[in-house]
Amino acid sequence: MARYLLHVNGREHEIDGEPGDSLLFVLRDDLGLTGSRFGCGEGQCGACTVLLEGKATRSCVTRIGAVGSRTITTIEALSSGPELDPVQQAFLETEAFQCGYCTSGMIMAAVGLLKTNPTPSDEDVARLMNGNVCRCGTYPRIVRAVRLAADRVAKATTGVRDGR
Amino acid sequence: MDAETLEPERYEFFERQRFSFALDRRDFIRVFGAGLVIFVAAGETFAQESGRSQRGHEAVPAELAAWLHVDESGRVRVCTGKVEIGQNIRTSLSQAVADELHVPLASVTLVMADTDLTPFDMGTFGSRTTPTMAPQLARAAAAARQMLIARAAARWHVDTAGLRTSQGEVRHADGRVVTYGDLVRGEALSGTIPAGVPVESPNEWTVRGTPARKVDGAAFVIGRHQYTPDIARPGLHYGRVIRPDGYNARLVGVDDVKARAMAGVIVVRDGDFVGVVAPSERVAARAANAIVATWQVPPGQPASETIYEYLKANLEEPSSPAVGSGAIPDGARALSATYRIPYIAHVPLEPRAAVAEWTSGRLTVWTGTQRPFAVRGELADAFHIPENRIRVIVPDTGSAYGGKHTGEAAVEAARLAQAARRPVKLIWTRAEEFQWAYFRPAGVIDIRSAVDASGRIGLWEFDNWNSGGAGLASPYDIPSKIERFHASKSPLRQGSYRALAATANHYAREMHMDAIARAINADPVEFRLRHLSNPRVKAVLEAVADRIGWASRGSRAIGIACGTEKGGYVATAAEVARRDKGFRVQRIVTAFEVGAIVNPDGLRNQVEGSIVQALGGALFEAIEFADGRIINGTMEQYRVPRFQDVPIIDTILLDRRDLPSAGAGESSLVCLAPAIGTAVRSLGPVDTALPVRMS
Repeated sequence: MARYLLHVNGREHEIDGEPGDSLLFVLRDDLGLTGSRFGCGEGQCGACTVLLEGKATRSCVTRIGAVGSRTITTIEALSSGPELDPVQQAFLETEAFQCGYCTSGMIMAAVGLLKTNPTPSDEDVARLMNGNVCRCGTYPRIVRAVRLAADRVAKATTGVRDGR
Repeated sequence: MDAETLEPERYEFFERQRFSFALDRRDFIRVFGAGLVIFVAAGETFAQESGRSQRGHEAVPAELAAWLHVDESGRVRVCTGKVEIGQNIRTSLSQAVADELHVPLASVTLVMADTDLTPFDMGTFGSRTTPTMAPQLARAAAAARQMLIARAAARWHVDTAGLRTSQGEVRHADGRVVTYGDLVRGEALSGTIPAGVPVESPNEWTVRGTPARKVDGAAFVIGRHQYTPDIARPGLHYGRVIRPDGYNARLVGVDDVKARAMAGVIVVRDGDFVGVVAPSERVAARAANAIVATWQVPPGQPASETIYEYLKANLEEPSSPAVGSGAIPDGARALSATYRIPYIAHVPLEPRAAVAEWTSGRLTVWTGTQRPFAVRGELADAFHIPENRIRVIVPDTGSAYGGKHTGEAAVEAARLAQAARRPVKLIWTRAEEFQWAYFRPAGVIDIRSAVDASGRIGLWEFDNWNSGGAGLASPYDIPSKIERFHASKSPLRQGSYRALAATANHYAREMHMDAIARAINADPVEFRLRHLSNPRVKAVLEAVADRIGWASRGSRAIGIACGTEKGGYVATAAEVARRDKGFRVQRIVTAFEVGAIVNPDGLRNQVEGSIVQALGGALFEAIEFADGRIINGTMEQYRVPRFQDVPIIDTILLDRRDLPSAGAGESSLVCLAPAIGTAVRSLGPVDTALPVRMS
């Protein structure tokens, strides 16, 4: 047993555990951040996706011993107050979900995707999010939602640049 | 329910439990708070009027289906035992209530699937919510509105005829207004649904028929919705169950010394049941890994390679009349084929899970199931306690697709919690979900057919072993039809699945219709229309043929299929193209008709989703097994549809406002596999099996 210092959603948490313990269960059980879901435990479905230093990462197969000082962001910290993150807003408006179990992971994967590829095509979204499963089959809507969020962010960014 | 309704769910159990209570005024206010409640008697439908008068203080029916409560602030709370599993009924039922009661959608709250709060419900399956629960709630809301109008009329000493309702208020033509909340303040009013209470026709709908968003959608995009695996309780511990090495295994020995030595770990042994409880999921997983259990798995269990022979040879009861007895008419051309359908898995993204808590002899369990009251029964049986000491609560669940009719995790979590004397959460691993849940039945379908010189089918003999009876009956006009289902002894645990056997039966039937058409050089669409008099099937078939460009398809590889199931009418067209040695699906067009559309966007979402889900069974899903083990029981090995598998999907919704709404979460997937299979035939010979493969 060892002690780990994790930087989660802007706060530091001391966690006792084995180096091989799954980050997902630390987030869910120790920190009560249940928005990251358990889907497969194999890193194959993406329901547990969080941002590790801004990069979309499968928390279920991430060992706490391997996190180091990297910052962890979960769905709970994506927005504060009534204002949603543009990706959350786009998912809501597009109703890009049915049961919603994959939604947290989809949104975190999309946020990670847009950080490195702010103007993805439909094919880019499908390729880069292929590791996330929606068993209800709402993929076409998720692609639309990600594109909608990207368009809005691009417009807003242009607006800022133009001084509007 | 009639026999036809039960047919699709033949693998499931049915039991009826009474829900009965008597309320006096104080009880009423304690249970509901002040206001007005409408009780919906079980079995109450459009056809069966309750016949009760409307006096304002009715006896509670012995068996309830639901109730509806309007409180002093005008908020409407509706209790139903139905379960939300992603099919969006929390929204569509709220629409029905808001529409009939003339209140804003946001003022309606559904309390669902809590055995202490909601009346008995058999379960959420068979696409029954929209055709049965929605009309009941609509009538309850209409009855409530009538009572509110009557109260306003009495208060103002006016005739009800001059009163109008909207946005939760009653208005008089002279300008007087009173809110529903004011009308019921301090009251304990109750009623049942009077005979002949008028409900709005679809042409009068203002909330139904609109693309209302999921009522609690925001909770999902911010990660705040709590599914069963997310439920927290004071002092919560975490469980794991030690699983056998295979089906029908016997426990030979357990070495649990290491696990018992771990801090905070409790090992639970009860016959062949072995489990652990620990203060965290991480420790529970380590403790489970530390246990060495030895099992004896019986040898020679059936395998996926030999399952089809096995199903035909191992019947629940002898077949009669003899298969193959249909007479081929003189001069007719005979065609026969055998179609094989593998077991497939539901793979709900939320695996089976439960949180169980014992408090002074009472048991409360949160679990994702489609049948909360049946799970309560399972728990009562397992622990030998009366059902009135058990409460089952189903949080809106991370999908089911027919795969969660049972309460395995609930029973296991309750057993662990009982031993640990603490609340225990148990979340099945994905491997457990594959190995120990149940499957859509595998099946074999034999078809013998005969077509005459004029191109009409004279004989249709259709025998289905084990897949099930849903969708067995052909919609085509054929003079001699023999359609039989034979129940087999399945070596794997099997049960319901979205649309159940209708997928297998439509696959075989439509593949065979296409084969006959090709054999006699008939146009497959025209050949179907030649045998169709059902206008609703014809309408969807013609709609997809038109949209895909059937008449002008030229050399494009297009397949088409149609049918009807659970009150839904569906046709699907698929366009495929060669890729490497196989094929890829380029485009799907589906036309779907389920009567009057309650929520067009919700319906579109369901249809698109069902098509994506059906791509799995059509293209790659099949459970492989041998020696009592699932061989491909991981998410990595068992391929489900992903983003890059999805072709262009074009959905045509036919809105029939003149017809009652049918359930829409299932049937639209049944024609996808035969549409793809028949399309691929344009590229070359195709195996008569699922998934679709070129020979």
